[in-house]
Amino acid sequence: MGKGSIVAGVLAPHPPHLVYADNPPQNEPRSECGWEVLRWAYERCRASIRALNPDVLLVHSPHWPSFIGHHFLGLPRFQGLSVDPVFPHLFRYRYDVKVDVELSLQIRDRVAAQGQLTSVVENPDFRLDYGSIICLHLINPSWDIPVVLISANQSAFYYSNEVGADVAKIVGNATREAVEASGKRAVLLASSSLSHRHFVHEPEIPEDMSFERIHHHGQYLWDMKVLDMMRKGQCRELLDIMPEFNEMATAETKVGSLNWLLEALGVPDYPAEVHGYGTVIGTGNAVVEWTASKPRGAQ
Amino acid sequence: MNQGLISKAYIVSGMPHSYLTPEASPSFARLSEAYAKIRREIEESDADLILYFSTQWLSILGYMFQADPSPEWLHVDQNWHQLGSIPYKFAIDTAFAQSYAEEVDALGYKTRLINYHGFPIDTGTIVAQKLLNPQNRLPAAIVSCNMYSEKDETTRVGQAAARALQASGKKAIAVLVSNLSNRYLVEAYDPKNNRISSKKDDEWNRKILDLLAKGSLEDVSQCTREFARQANGDQKFKGAWWLNGLLGQSNAFNGQVLAYEPVWGTGAAIVALTPTQPVQAVALEQSQSSEEGSQAALVEELTDFEGRSRPHTTAPVRAERAESKLPAETKLPANTQDAFPDFEINSEKSAEPVGSYPHARRYGDLLFLSGIGPRQPGQKEIPGVTLDADGRIVAYDVRVQTLAVIENIRRVLESAGSSLEKVIDVQAYLTNMKADFKVYNEVYNEAFGKIRPTRTTVEVGALPTPIAVEFKVMARP
Ligand SMILES: [Fe+2]
Repeated sequence: MGKGSIVAGVLAPHPPHLVYADNPPQNEPRSECGWEVLRWAYERCRASIRALNPDVLLVHSPHWPSFIGHHFLGLPRFQGLSVDPVFPHLFRYRYDVKVDVELSLQIRDRVAAQGQLTSVVENPDFRLDYGSIICLHLINPSWDIPVVLISANQSAFYYSNEVGADVAKIVGNATREAVEASGKRAVLLASSSLSHRHFVHEPEIPEDMSFERIHHHGQYLWDMKVLDMMRKGQCRELLDIMPEFNEMATAETKVGSLNWLLEALGVPDYPAEVHGYGTVIGTGNAVVEWTASKPRGAQ
Repeated sequence: MNQGLISKAYIVSGMPHSYLTPEASPSFARLSEAYAKIRREIEESDADLILYFSTQWLSILGYMFQADPSPEWLHVDQNWHQLGSIPYKFAIDTAFAQSYAEEVDALGYKTRLINYHGFPIDTGTIVAQKLLNPQNRLPAAIVSCNMYSEKDETTRVGQAAARALQASGKKAIAVLVSNLSNRYLVEAYDPKNNRISSKKDDEWNRKILDLLAKGSLEDVSQCTREFARQANGDQKFKGAWWLNGLLGQSNAFNGQVLAYEPVWGTGAAIVALTPTQPVQAVALEQSQSSEEGSQAALVEELTDFEGRSRPHTTAPVRAERAESKLPAETKLPANTQDAFPDFEINSEKSAEPVGSYPHARRYGDLLFLSGIGPRQPGQKEIPGVTLDADGRIVAYDVRVQTLAVIENIRRVLESAGSSLEKVIDVQAYLTNMKADFKVYNEVYNEAFGKIRPTRTTVEVGALPTPIAVEFKVMARP
């Protein structure tokens, strides 16, 4: 067995709106259109990830928030109905997910070896979180690649963004080591928006795009600042300002998904590819890919 | 039975431990007992429905109202999946849900009636329902907690519930499902050895519970923001604003704190509020604004990225804030209960009391033990005492007696979740100071020399049973 590797990392936001607008057979609600710029960004990213032929997709998900340590899936298959608790009118999705339990437990072991608390889901009634399902659907709608889900520890909310970043770093490094030891080709998905203040109203037709815009200018400025850093390969600097970004932009990255991704990738100093940026009900979302092996032209 | 819209209101913790694993810790068991106590009250109440607001059901687009007449699922908590699955089936008062949604609509907030198969009802509401209304004796109404709402908005949404009750001609049990401080322990944790994650959080919880014990809900609501900042209140403890809006923004309640326990570092309490005046609805046009001004203005303030990240050349303009109405000295209403935990500990491993008293009683952060001698449970003979046929003392051994006393104390302390190491004060009673002090003191020093509680030793004429030594102890729980 050769050395495994993380062949790509993706900032993969999970607004249910994108699945809703896509009208896949698994999702019950129907739409006319919507959020095309982001959906096309996902389309490009999807093709790019396909070409890498990964063995497994790993997700760090803010919508599996864990109060103590990190949780991992310990059963090979989960089936069920995922109803978004915030946007139930947009997302009621039948899922059937194959889990790479071996890798899941290998990462768990390495996280535990670092002194972190962990727990393994062995209850078949457990419902997978909608954040993971949405970004996995958007990256791999045929669901033919097994997955590993990692819960997002909430210590940033109890202590500080810095504590949260430290924890995400431990888990990121443990993830990379476990992937390398596994001999597998893995793609990592940080399931997260950027700026994350929502509007509290919605138009009559949810996909009415005349309503869609950023919540406020400050959020937009911050989103552009961090995207610019990604495009320039300045991820070390990005990690440095992340605690401030999280507060100033009410960013969803506060739970550490992006930190986990960047740490697992060894903090990239090469340019990321921003496949697209768009707002969803006021929040800022970008589909961003880091693939070290791919030569990049002007961006 | 009062004539108002609310029979009684409760604040309960929605942590699933007190439902799924009460046996895992004395704390969980006490929460569970307190739950059982209010379940019996609810069973006897004259209410028409039970109305839940849970900090674990978060919404973004305004407010959601459960409107599936009988939502049913096999629930597994995302965090506490190892504790097991919870099958549930609620009976929902959909007419009330509709009427409540209309009232919130009239305030200008987005509303949505939820009637989707498989919609995930939150763990907190499920746990409360299982423990308070397991047979669906009362139909339930459930409203979501908006992530972004501040005091003004949350209070109004509470007021709207009172108007909906009035319009429906119904009377409710109001249940706020919320923790107090909400900071979890991050290290490995033994549920038998519970603690609040920090002393500061614990002190703030007690401040809030003291006010609630006095029935001062309006005062709590005025302290909520500071409490939330200091103790990481559960969703800013905004549920207190909702409850206060619903209950008419007053301090006219008899408060009772039935339990206050740590669960994984968070502050979990069970509180009952009985209105001393009938709760009435506030008309929409009189619906009161709080000191912050409009929600929109506050959102501006909270998200003013540019204002906050650029240096100010002039001080930022802030909305005028009214003086707090919190009185410096809150007067105690009659029939006040105390905020601190106050309960008995009776140990099966200790000798039967010779009168009507418990082995120990916990009050707040202290354990008080009754006087404890060398007697053993279920045993006539007393260690270190030799009696003749008429029950007169023939001989006694103070060393054996003192050892037995200390062993008995250890047992009582352990059944209260404490230990000998946590003893802070000892009063020792000897019937013969002159003859027994030396040996008693040797045994004492061996047991307590390193623990070093304060100590007082006195000689007494007699003790209630034919014993020569008895200790009265105070300890940390
Ligand atoms: Fe999200």
